[in-house]
Amino acid sequence: MLEKALHGSSRYWTLIIALSILALVGVAVYLKQLTTGLVITGLSRDVPWGFYIAQLTFLVGVAASAVMVVLPYYLHDFKAFGRLTILGEFLAISAVTMCLLFVVVDIGQPYRMLNLFLHPSPSSLLFWDAMVLQGYLFLNIIIAYVTFTSEKKGVHPPSWIKPFIILSIPWAISIHTVTAFLYSGLGARPFWLTAILAPRFLASAFASGPSLLIILCLILRKFTKFDAGDEAIKKLSQIVTYAMAANIFFVLVELFTALYSDIPEHKHHFEYLFFGLHGHNALVPYMWTSQILAVTALVLLLFPKIRTNFTYLPVICAGIITAIWIEKGLGMVVTGFIPSPLNKVNEYAPTLPEGLITIGIYAGGFLILSVLYKIAVAVREELEA
Amino acid sequence: MDQTRRGFLKAAGCAAIGAGLALPIGRAVAGAVVADPLPGGLTAKRWAMALNVRKCLQRDGCRACIDACHVEHNVPSIADVKREIKWVWKEPFKDTFQTEVHQHMDSALSEKNVLVLCNHCDNPPCVRVCPTKATWKRPDGIVMMDEHRCIGCRYCIVACPYGSRSFNWQDPRPFITTGIRVEYPTRTKGVVEKCTFCTERLAKGLLPACVEVCNKVAGRGTMIFGDAGEVNSEIVRALRAGFSLRRKPALGTEPQVYYIV
Repeated sequence: MLEKALHGSSRYWTLIIALSILALVGVAVYLKQLTTGLVITGLSRDVPWGFYIAQLTFLVGVAASAVMVVLPYYLHDFKAFGRLTILGEFLAISAVTMCLLFVVVDIGQPYRMLNLFLHPSPSSLLFWDAMVLQGYLFLNIIIAYVTFTSEKKGVHPPSWIKPFIILSIPWAISIHTVTAFLYSGLGARPFWLTAILAPRFLASAFASGPSLLIILCLILRKFTKFDAGDEAIKKLSQIVTYAMAANIFFVLVELFTALYSDIPEHKHHFEYLFFGLHGHNALVPYMWTSQILAVTALVLLLFPKIRTNFTYLPVICAGIITAIWIEKGLGMVVTGFIPSPLNKVNEYAPTLPEGLITIGIYAGGFLILSVLYKIAVAVREELEA
Repeated sequence: MDQTRRGFLKAAGCAAIGAGLALPIGRAVAGAVVADPLPGGLTAKRWAMALNVRKCLQRDGCRACIDACHVEHNVPSIADVKREIKWVWKEPFKDTFQTEVHQHMDSALSEKNVLVLCNHCDNPPCVRVCPTKATWKRPDGIVMMDEHRCIGCRYCIVACPYGSRSFNWQDPRPFITTGIRVEYPTRTKGVVEKCTFCTERLAKGLLPACVEVCNKVAGRGTMIFGDAGEVNSEIVRALRAGFSLRRKPALGTEPQVYYIV
């Protein structure tokens, strides 16, 4: 089936080459990081996790959001998602791969990575995160492969795949819950010590992931013969609306608890995030951008006429992705470290090498996605010819 | 496509995933090995430290314990505060005990610096979060670190409520300005390190380097190191006699460094 990815238009090859170049730049800069150490990043004693872990958190959400197409299609027999499901599963495969790569580039001794499996530590959420992410990747690869080959042959998928599909639904929820638990179980970091973190992660995931899927569907519709269908895209926009409303509600709930209780160690983090602390305010403009984008997008989505207009919809979706990328990326990760346990304010900003490595991983992920989508499109075109 | 090649790739993929999942389970079932103490070594049920803050402050600005520790353990001197490595150092009292200070407190205490180091918690969050068991609590209470197993994920730094752990953002060796002490291993880039209560010295019957030098410089009783599990040990008697604080006790980590104030 992979041979389908080897025949394409010049536009397809331009995309593949461009992504490959960015990925190779990322690899080259990563080799530099490997030899000199994480000193080439903006990370520090006080802010030991930053851009890489922020991307991991965001992308686990994108991966988990595949459940928003898998669940309606397989559990509720929502036929309109028939064509979309494979796109969601392929997106999950690409997103989980990026997540695993972000873990690799973040650790100081990647040569010793297998210690995670040689010395398994069930008390560590990072151990569980590595396990559930791999499991989810494995599930999506089998499900996508089996259902897609059946579709290609024009037969029903074998019945043994059904339990795997059903399992993938709670598994998707689990990957993002475990990712939230990485943060929310630490007494040392009052900013993350909140039970709403996992639900909030899921809500923002179900807004950002389907938003990305809508954009991808509209791109495929424009440049290929693959059409996910109006009904499917409209339904996705409805899912995004509900999820975004839930996400904003959860953020407000969190703000109320932290600000009304007026407990300094909780309040200081939010002060830093929204207004700056002791004159340090690196995140403030980003956070306000995020919040304004989020509210504006939600208000626009509430109008069915705007939501179902395929000219406005991708712009709104891009706004949602940006808002959530800031909010649960750097906003969520870095603020947990400021102020530090010793009451210091040492700010963080990613460096150029850190940015190039990050872009390299995204390029690698989208390279995988392009190849997989190319196969999906080619098979679909063959079937419809 | 070649069916046998595809079949082989599938089988190889399944085998790799299977091994990846089976290995941790097998390892988890196998038990840990505990070494016997060497003859002549110092042993305790529960090692702990008590710092007499007022006595320490009589020698405000003294760095004897810090320098002794950092030379002993090849701790690099990195000027960039964002990339510093520290095993023991000083912090303002008001930042160390944020919930204890108030505006009417004796400024001879609240505005001064106190010594901070790993608290060797009874319930250490760093140990709980480590994904490779590279940090663990010994039966005598010391929270140890294996820099050869550490993968450098920094989760322990994130989980420590005291900021007691340092990460090697770069190769530390060029920054060891006092000359490398061959008796103690240097570290590599990409791993976490911290105070170990000088396990290597205890094994030889010696007190921790910081305590030994403090006894000489400031006199006995400024830094007390001993067995908190022994009812009549020097440290337990000192803690019983005066009022002492621990850092962030509400978190339930049960720190074993006490500050007598």
